[in-house]
Amino acid sequence: MIAHAIFFYIFSIIAIVSAIMVTASKNTVHSVFFLILDFISISCLFIMIGAEFLGMIMLIVYVGAVAVLFLFVVMMLNVAQQKNQWFLSKSSSRHIPIGLIISAIIFFELIIVVGGWKYKPDLSNSTNISFSNDITNTHSLGLVLYTDYIHIFQISGMILLIAMIGAIVLTFRQREGVKKQSYIKQISRERSEGVEVLEVPSNRGVKIDD
Amino acid sequence: MEYLDIIFQESYKILFLLVPVLVSVAMIVWLDRRVWAFVQKRQGPNVVGPFGLLQSLADALKYIFKEIIIPASSNKVIFILAPIITMTLALIAWAVIPFGAQQVLADINVGILYIFAVSSLGVYGIIMGGWASNSKYPFLGAIRSAAQMVSYEVSIGIIIINVLLCVGSLNLNDIVIAQKELWFVIPLFPMFVIFFISALAETNRPPFDLPEAEAELVAGYQTEYSGMMYAMFWLGEYANILLMCALGSILFLGGWLSPVDLYPFNLIPGAIWLIFKILLLFILFALVKAIVPRYRYDQLMRLGWKIFLPLSLIYVVLTASFLFYFNLLPVI
Repeated sequence: MIAHAIFFYIFSIIAIVSAIMVTASKNTVHSVFFLILDFISISCLFIMIGAEFLGMIMLIVYVGAVAVLFLFVVMMLNVAQQKNQWFLSKSSSRHIPIGLIISAIIFFELIIVVGGWKYKPDLSNSTNISFSNDITNTHSLGLVLYTDYIHIFQISGMILLIAMIGAIVLTFRQREGVKKQSYIKQISRERSEGVEVLEVPSNRGVKIDD
Repeated sequence: MEYLDIIFQESYKILFLLVPVLVSVAMIVWLDRRVWAFVQKRQGPNVVGPFGLLQSLADALKYIFKEIIIPASSNKVIFILAPIITMTLALIAWAVIPFGAQQVLADINVGILYIFAVSSLGVYGIIMGGWASNSKYPFLGAIRSAAQMVSYEVSIGIIIINVLLCVGSLNLNDIVIAQKELWFVIPLFPMFVIFFISALAETNRPPFDLPEAEAELVAGYQTEYSGMMYAMFWLGEYANILLMCALGSILFLGGWLSPVDLYPFNLIPGAIWLIFKILLLFILFALVKAIVPRYRYDQLMRLGWKIFLPLSLIYVVLTASFLFYFNLLPVI
């Protein structure tokens, strides 16, 4: 058990320190790297409590895809410059109340979760999820996810789909004058329509239209 | 004391896994260059040692003694971290590869997810190297590679789902044992082809080596690297290619199983069969490098998102309905 405790404290200290560094570091790219470190240590903690499937999915989805896109955006924008300007200007103080409200809500939610766990430890027994050691973690997750919680699962999938379509609709624009390659057009071209032999009269030339 | 014993035993096993992997990475670089040369009617490296086998060793020695140059305007910590991360990630994935029914370092329940997660982390080495170099070409290479690897991971994930539908377990050994009767390459042949092409894109191999396209980006994210740090990128890249070959042979070619369950064949240990299958896939990788010209970037993205993703999704539906209709779904 000692080794278990040592690993738990190592991972949690890394998680907390990197979470602080996400907000504290000056360079935006560095804070994304700290965020990634945070994700990785959280997934290690998941694996330590036996939730191996969740830990791996956390790595694949958040570290492997979401954080890559974060980095992508942060590296493309010149965020550091904008941030300095934004901090120097007066307009930044307008957003402070909103930030305070959101952080208060998150704080209360955390208190509710911790309180429920502290004062009613058998809360998890009231659900019909059975934790048995005979079946694997993935199997037991599948047993409840596709039976008892199928509607919630489907609805969350629909929400994600709608969000994706919305993002595409918002950013998609048809630009004028952009040359696009049409594979079907290219492949189905015949020699007769591709090559044309013209009689060119001297000193006058011919007019070729596309 | 008990913990120390466990640590000693495990490090012993890890050493026995890592040293062969590193040696075979060096050998595989030689094989790659030889196959490439033979396709083009050249000799390839054939001077150092018998058949030039020691060429990679000579190259490695050269890299070790070269000076490491760190650009003045680079972000030094991340610049040095990038090759280390690439190499570490390429090596830790080997922990779950089964070389036999019992010969596996970590027989975890979610082995396939672990490999998938580690290979999806591989993109960070490239992004960090490209960004920290603080130079135009490495940055462009890093951006390209980020988009490319994220896109092809999606189709690889869905191909893995196809295999998992037939197995009913995420454990790599279970995946191998499920192929005792029939290798998955036969019922899932289209998926094997798509997996092979996606693996090429995932490991930045030609024809999808756009992150390091030497004709347009000098060498992409590797431009500013020299000496041992370049060699580490290079080792990590080839270890990743070997890993993808191993994954392909475990998912589709029956892993450590012998092709036929007959007397002289099943005496040969499983590790030999697995190595043989990995080599077979690797020679295919090398042949593709020699034969196919490089893709354009928009063609690469189109292939990933518009062709491979829908095809593999349709195949998931097909596999699931087939298994359900004929009552072949695995019982867990």
